[in-house]
Amino acid sequence: MINETLIPKIGVVTDIRKDTPDVKTFRVVGTDGKKLFQHMPGQCAMVSIPGVGECMFSITSSPTNEEYMEFSIKKCGCVTEVLHALEVGAQLTVRGPYGKNFPVEEDFKGKDLLFIAGGIGLAPLRSVINYVRHYRENYGKVVIVYGARSKDDLVDIDEIKNEWVNEPNTEVYLTIDRPQDGWDGHVGFVPAYVKELGLNPNMTAVLCGPPIMIKFTLAGLLELGFEKSRVYTTLELRMKCGVGKCGRCNVGDKFVCKDGPVFRMTELDELPDEY
Amino acid sequence: MLKIAKERLNDLYAKIAESMGLFIPIKRAGEVNYAVWAEGKEVSLETLKTVKSPKNAFFPQTENMMKFKTEGKNLEVIDIRKDWSEEKSFVMFGVKACDYKAIEVLDKVFLAEPVDTYYQLRRKAGIIVTLACSRPEESCFCKAFGIDATSPLGDVTTWMDETYLYWQANTEKGEALTALVQDLFTEGGEEEVAAQKETTAAIIDKLPYSNLDLSRFKPENLNELFNASEWEEMSEACLGCGTCTFVCPTCQCFDIRDFKTNEGVLRYRCWDSCMYSDFTLMAHGNSRTTQMQRFRQRFMHKLVYYPSQNDGLYSCVGCGRCVNKCPQNLNIVKVIKTLGGKNND
Repeated sequence: MINETLIPKIGVVTDIRKDTPDVKTFRVVGTDGKKLFQHMPGQCAMVSIPGVGECMFSITSSPTNEEYMEFSIKKCGCVTEVLHALEVGAQLTVRGPYGKNFPVEEDFKGKDLLFIAGGIGLAPLRSVINYVRHYRENYGKVVIVYGARSKDDLVDIDEIKNEWVNEPNTEVYLTIDRPQDGWDGHVGFVPAYVKELGLNPNMTAVLCGPPIMIKFTLAGLLELGFEKSRVYTTLELRMKCGVGKCGRCNVGDKFVCKDGPVFRMTELDELPDEY
Repeated sequence: MLKIAKERLNDLYAKIAESMGLFIPIKRAGEVNYAVWAEGKEVSLETLKTVKSPKNAFFPQTENMMKFKTEGKNLEVIDIRKDWSEEKSFVMFGVKACDYKAIEVLDKVFLAEPVDTYYQLRRKAGIIVTLACSRPEESCFCKAFGIDATSPLGDVTTWMDETYLYWQANTEKGEALTALVQDLFTEGGEEEVAAQKETTAAIIDKLPYSNLDLSRFKPENLNELFNASEWEEMSEACLGCGTCTFVCPTCQCFDIRDFKTNEGVLRYRCWDSCMYSDFTLMAHGNSRTTQMQRFRQRFMHKLVYYPSQNDGLYSCVGCGRCVNKCPQNLNIVKVIKTLGGKNND
């Protein structure tokens, strides 16, 4: 067989976790029971159900997990609808890894890190947060701010509550949009919460979430004195090939699939406003 | 240099077609396109612009990629190219300088890492015989992109006048093809070719679009050009039909789709167009919602984004097909004249 990046590998779903009413996390291995391929935090993979379609998803699990990969997927379109109907044991196809990862071995090393996520935006951040936890001594203080519409929409809440909050030199702040029975935590939108927390602007920040959250949170961070060159985010555009050839995810002189999805805010400033 | 009398060209085609596929401009139903040569077909090397460009030979309009078979829960991927081999060569005969340059533009996309092996296999198998232009048309503007239509490259370069076709091999592939057909040729033609080059160059110099000013299309002007107010007016009449992208020899955007068959799922790719609204449509929204944005994307990609990624190489070769084919008379020349630089008046 010719080695072709567009030809996928077969994956087996070994576990499905229902995180929220519309988000499920799929655990995937190869048909030999082993992890399909290595990746770095922030990289993505094309997951497909043949006959339905193929879509790009961020790899939610940390590269330090040697056994399997996980994808946290929100039900919102044709492919995700069918993915959500899958049962354990189902087979699908995976190809990757694609894209540029977070600079965890370069710019992030030795820095205090601030992670801000909204809703399903936690998916790409979970990979980098767990990578940082694994190599904890390489990084400074870690602050995580995570918000969702309601307490039921917080993705992967068990891992956050049972593991992340107990991590040394780590602060976790959760918030939901509106008051809700059984929630005694913070209520309010992420951008406002970030400003309220009066975070140290010397931290390196990573933002992931809906475009509107990113826009207002970034404005808030800049007000607090954060530098754009130390704020990162991820972009999401329609993709078909994943390797900068099909032309769909082109913005300016970049392809989100291969030059992204991770971008520094200063890089985004140079791109035309069309993403 | 070698030459062959034009009345003997049929022997040349027959000789090549004995051992490999020969794709050549053929007239059918009033239109000329590259098609497989066979005895009795109406070859039209004189046609300057085939309706579709030769990109089809390397990047077909639709191309089957793989199959999926399901048995119970088990899924299997089948690379349907198992039978392919590099020896299955074919000749693209009569490729013009602009269209040859367009293949170089496609190479930068498909042969960049990770290599697209579907394209690569066809490129390796293809032998390109170019044909110098002697009667360029008013809609031609390859010169604006630094292309010399009188001396195209390729594995073999040919020139044609009233009496002869002149032949010169440029590469190993070209030498091999020459060895196969050499008996049909005689030596000579240098003077005739030199004279033709001079005459054609003089015609090209006088073409209305030969001296378009591209000086403003530079990476540093990316945002200024993107935000130019002129896009609204330029794109107003665009129907979003995508004709420009399909006849364009450098447009390379594609879609990957699945088709359910009786024997499982067939995954294929096909040409797509940035002119279509669903090109960028996602479950959560669309990054380009207006035709102006889509129109702008096409020209910004050709004139600014692609060159910025490829050392200044433009993704337009001035073939002029879009000038001839747009039902609304919109085209890249108008965009260049509007935004390209001061010397376009």
